Amino acid sequence: MISEEHRIAITGNQAIAHAVRMARIHVVAAYPITPQTSVVEEIAEFCAAGKMDAKFIQTESEHSSMSACIGASMTGARAFTATSSQGLALMHEMLHWAVGARTPVILGEVNRALAAPWTILTDQSDSMAQRDTGWMQFYCANNQEVFDSTLLAFKVAEQVLLPAMVVLDAFVLSHSTEAVILPPQDLVDEYLPPRETPVKLDPDEPHAFGGMMFPDVFMEQRYKIEQSMDIAKEVILSEIEEWEKATGRQLKPLYPYRIDDAEVVVMCLGTAFGSVRYAVDKLRKEGIKAGGIRMWQYRPFPIKQLKELIPEGSQVGVIDRAVSFGISGPVGSEVKSVLSPESRNSVYGFIAGLGGREIQPESVESVFRAMLEGSADPVGINWVDVRK
Amino acid sequence: MIIREPNKATVNILGKDHSGPSGGHLACQGCGGALSLRMALKAIGNRCIFVIPACCMAVIDGPFPVSSLGVPLMHIAFGATAPTATGIKAGLTTQGDNETLVVAWAGDGATFDIGLGAVSAAADRNDDYLYVCYDNEAYMNTGIQQSGATPKAAWTTTTPNKKPKTSIKKDIISIMAAHRIPYIATASPSHPDDFLRKFQKAKEIKGFRFLHVFAPCPPGQRFEEKNTVKVARNAVESRVFPLLEIENGEKLTLTDIPDPIPIKEYLELQNRFAHFKNEDIEAFEKNIEKRWQELSEWNRKQT
Repeated sequence: MISEEHRIAITGNQAIAHAVRMARIHVVAAYPITPQTSVVEEIAEFCAAGKMDAKFIQTESEHSSMSACIGASMTGARAFTATSSQGLALMHEMLHWAVGARTPVILGEVNRALAAPWTILTDQSDSMAQRDTGWMQFYCANNQEVFDSTLLAFKVAEQVLLPAMVVLDAFVLSHSTEAVILPPQDLVDEYLPPRETPVKLDPDEPHAFGGMMFPDVFMEQRYKIEQSMDIAKEVILSEIEEWEKATGRQLKPLYPYRIDDAEVVVMCLGTAFGSVRYAVDKLRKEGIKAGGIRMWQYRPFPIKQLKELIPEGSQVGVIDRAVSFGISGPVGSEVKSVLSPESRNSVYGFIAGLGGREIQPESVESVFRAMLEGSADPVGINWVDVRK
Repeated sequence: MIIREPNKATVNILGKDHSGPSGGHLACQGCGGALSLRMALKAIGNRCIFVIPACCMAVIDGPFPVSSLGVPLMHIAFGATAPTATGIKAGLTTQGDNETLVVAWAGDGATFDIGLGAVSAAADRNDDYLYVCYDNEAYMNTGIQQSGATPKAAWTTTTPNKKPKTSIKKDIISIMAAHRIPYIATASPSHPDDFLRKFQKAKEIKGFRFLHVFAPCPPGQRFEEKNTVKVARNAVESRVFPLLEIENGEKLTLTDIPDPIPIKEYLELQNRFAHFKNEDIEAFEKNIEKRWQELSEWNRKQT
C-alpha cells in the first residue's frame, strides 16, 4: 500500500503529465491550446530533464498530433496527446482514424466550450461532439481521479485496442491544485507492463493497414469495434479492481450519492457533481428523497450499472453541459433511451453550465424542484439559469 | 532526342528479383506513379515502412485483404501523411529501431495543398524520413480536379477551358528549399540512372529528405498509355521538369542539362493542353524559361 509520502500538490493538468510519465510513454505529440497547454509543458520539461525517456513532438496542428500518435501506435509504441475544444474539433477526422486503425492512443481532454464566440471556459460540448467516434471517455471530478484514470485508460485501451480520452473540466480541475498521491514507479510498472500488440508495422512481417474495404467486410470491421466496446465494459471493471488492489483507491463507472431510496435523482458528469451533492443534502433535510449520480465512464455507456442504480419509478434529471441543438442534451437522451420504459422512470433533460457558467447548488436545486413540481418538460430541453 | 548508353548499374538494379508493387496491382495502364514506385522500391530495398494518404496509390496497392507493395504500409487521411510518418519514425526509434527507413509517399494534392502545412512542420523539425511526392499535376484519383501543382491554363474538370487556371504551378521545390532541409531532389522515371541514384543517395541521408517525382498520368493528362515515358522524358528535355538536387536548401545542382527540345513537343502529346493557342504556348514557355534561368543562375553560383 502507498504511504502519505507520495502525496503532492498538483493541478489536474500536472496529474495527467505525471501519469503519462509513469506510464513510460514512448511518443507524445501535441499542439498548444488553452487550457491544455500546461499538460504538454510539463511533459516537455520531464523529457528535457531526463525524467522521461520519450520523444516529444510539437506539431503544427492537433490534426497532426493525432496523426503522429496513430503512426507511433502502429509501431507498437505507447502514444499520448492532449488537447481542448477547437483542437479536439480539428482532430475529428483523425479521432475516427485512430479507432478504425485500432490504435490505443490516450488523449488528455480538457473540456472547453467551442467557438464561436470565443471562450476558454469549460463545458462538455467539445468531447460530446466526439461521442460517436468510438473513443472511450472517462469524465473526472478531482485530480486524483485524473491521475488514476489516465493510467487505467492505458491499461484498458491496450487490451481492447480502442483509444481513450481522459476528460477534465477546464480550470476547475486543469488549473486547480489538489493533493494527489503518486504511487511508486515500480507499482505502476507492475500495473502497466510494456505494451504488447498482436500486429504492427514491421518490415519482417509486412501488412497493409487501413486500405480499401468493400461492403462485404466493412460492416464486420465496424461490428468488431462495437464488440470491443462491449468487452471494454468488463475490462474496465477488472482493471478498476486491479488498481484498487494496488493502491486502495477505487474508481467507479457511476458514483451514486444517497441514491438507495431516492425518488428524484440528478445526474451529471464532471466537477458539477459537488453542487449536486450539496443540493441533495439540502433537500434531504426537508424530507425530500433526493439522490445523485455522477457518470465517470461515459463510453462505453455503463447501461447495466445505471439500470441497477436508478431506483424504479424515480424521476431522473440529467444535466448536460452540451447541447445537441434541435433535440436535447446528449447524455439526457441516452439515459432516456436506456431507462425507459421498463423501470418506469421519468427522465428529463436539463442544459446548464455552458461556456464556464457555474452550476451552483441553487442551479441543481431548481432542477430538482422543476421535477418535483411537475414543471419540467419531459420531451424538450429544460434550460437552467438562462435569461429567456 | 538524346540517346544515352544505359548505365550498367541501373540495368542491374532494375533487373533484380521482385520488389513491389507486385503484378495484379490496380494502376491504370501506363501509370507513371506505379512505374516510379517500382523504381523507388528497387533503389531503397524492403527494410522500410510506407505511409500513403488518399491518392491513386491508396487504390493501386489493392483492397483489403490484399496488398501489392510488399513492404508494410499505413494508409492515412489526406492531410496526415507527414505527421504520421513522423509518428512512425518516433515509435520505431523510441523502441530501439534506428534502421528501418520510413517513406511517406503522397501525391501532389496531399503535398502541395491539403498536407502542405504538415509537410512544412516535418521539414522544420527535420524529421528523419524520406518524403516522396509523386506529381501528376492534378487530383487524378477523384477524377482530374486542379491542384496547386496544375500548370497554368491546363484543362482539368474544375478548370474547364472556358474558365482556366490562372496561377502557375506552385514552386514546391523553392518552398522546401526554404526549410534548409538536408536533401531535395527531383526525379523522372524517364531517367532511371538519375532516379535510382537520387533514391539511393536519399536513403543514406539523415533528416528530412524531399523527393519530387514527375509521374505522368495517361487518363488525367489525356495522352496515350504508350507515351508515359515519352511525356516524362519530354518534360525533362523541354526543361518543364528540371532534374536537380539541393543540399541543405542552398547547394543546387542541375543533374541533367538538356539541349532543350521545343516545349510544343511536350505539350502536344497531352490533350489537356489541346486548347492552347500560340500565345498560350508562348506564355507557358516564358514561365518555363524564367524558371530555368533562375535555376541555372543558382546552379552557377555553386560551381
